[in-house]
Amino acid sequence: MIEARGLTARFGATAVVDDVSFTVAAGEAFGIVGESGSGKSTVLRVLAGLHQDWSGSLVVDGAPQECHRSRRGRRVQMVFQDPYGSLHPRHIVDRALAEPLAINGIADATTRITLALRAVGLDGAHRFRYPHQLSGGQRQRVAIARALILEPALLLLDEPTSALDVSVQAEIVALLQALRRERRLSYVLVSHNLAVVAQLCDRLAVMREGRFVAEMTVAALRAGNAEDPYTRELLDASRGYRRRKTS
Amino acid sequence: MSAPLLEVSDLVVRFGASDAVRGVSFAMTRERLGIVGESGSGKSLTGRSILRLLPPGARLSATRLAFDGIDLLAAHEAEMCALRGRRLALVLQDPKFSLNPVMRVGDQIAEAYRAHRRASPREARDKALAMLEAVRIREPRHVYDLHPHEISGGMGQRVMIAMMLAPDPDLLIADEPTSALDVTVQMQVLAILDEEVSRRRMGLILISHDLDLVASFCDRALVMQQGRIVESCAAGALEAAQHPYTQRLLAARPRLTAP
Repeated sequence: MIEARGLTARFGATAVVDDVSFTVAAGEAFGIVGESGSGKSTVLRVLAGLHQDWSGSLVVDGAPQECHRSRRGRRVQMVFQDPYGSLHPRHIVDRALAEPLAINGIADATTRITLALRAVGLDGAHRFRYPHQLSGGQRQRVAIARALILEPALLLLDEPTSALDVSVQAEIVALLQALRRERRLSYVLVSHNLAVVAQLCDRLAVMREGRFVAEMTVAALRAGNAEDPYTRELLDASRGYRRRKTS
Repeated sequence: MSAPLLEVSDLVVRFGASDAVRGVSFAMTRERLGIVGESGSGKSLTGRSILRLLPPGARLSATRLAFDGIDLLAAHEAEMCALRGRRLALVLQDPKFSLNPVMRVGDQIAEAYRAHRRASPREARDKALAMLEAVRIREPRHVYDLHPHEISGGMGQRVMIAMMLAPDPDLLIADEPTSALDVTVQMQVLAILDEEVSRRRMGLILISHDLDLVASFCDRALVMQQGRIVESCAAGALEAAQHPYTQRLLAARPRLTAP
């Protein structure tokens, strides 16, 4: 689904993504974990065609990509962290979902919108609401529905649950798991939360200062087989606070 | 058993006709108390009620709200001002919004200190430098002169903690103090908070949505749901919590160990 070789992305003179290579097979879920400023979101933005200043070779869904050409088409869709920021506050759900269909010249919008809402666990009652009339979890479901309505093969997920409460986060994680199973989607998930990545992905990379410092399967992560010291530090930190023994 | 540092009984915070906090009661000594809950559970309002710092339109009532024997319900605004910062301190989530963007961070700590203690500018400066060192900022002299935009989030939060701890408060209320920080930085800030709270023998109320954090950091935990305390237990016993809501929260956490 994705083949990236020597991917480097710059903001001016600084390389925020520095010589990163990875592949994602069709139907696979790949996670990228890192802290703020590690470059993980920029990798996703390059994949989505939102960040244009990059070099290296990149093949997405069989099509070689060039920088400064941002078309990815309907096969690649993205879900952002904050559904309140990514949904137009003055557009009702129906309009948010109709727009990608109109852009791509797809007919029978009404049926597709109904189906997309149903797929994410919403119903007709939510269709004519504004984002502010929905809860955070419902808004994120709408954002996922908007991505799904074009029947993509690859979903790019940028911290899709980190603005949500734990119980809502659990619902969205379950929804994403089910959707991937049913529709054989590929995911690239970016998150600072190792546990969320472990639940949703098959394989992950740990990113720091623009580079991949470790790449492993989730099974290896769970088994505690991380060798890279920074990965171990992240693992320790995500297990909660540990009081140091004071003498 | 020492006298309680803080007593709260039947605290209600009302907005118009709806109650955001519905009859919360607890007492604490100089311990680490965690308050856990999801958005809208009333955990932050409970913390702010202790300082009587509520948003406009909120009405507070309680049968008792006392800090170290002082009746906070009867206290005049001037008395509250004398308590806030000096004996009751508050650390908020995001240092970006709680630091003054156009003032050097060191001067902000010195200013906070002088607001509560009689000190010359010179002494306040020395105190601010000592506090920066206490929260393990390297080169405190250099950092003293920086503005908030020149420091990282983790450093900003350490500056906030330094500022709040400078007047030697008896109770620190920390509302999601590390939620805006990266995990590894979170651990550093928590270690500093932990050390300072132990060293000064202060009380700490840690308000958080993070069950694991409260379970591992605090002595005792309260779980709030829709304005009520539904569970109160030793923090270490949270894993074995009895209330169905707490159990649901526990089950909802993404786990590294199991799918």
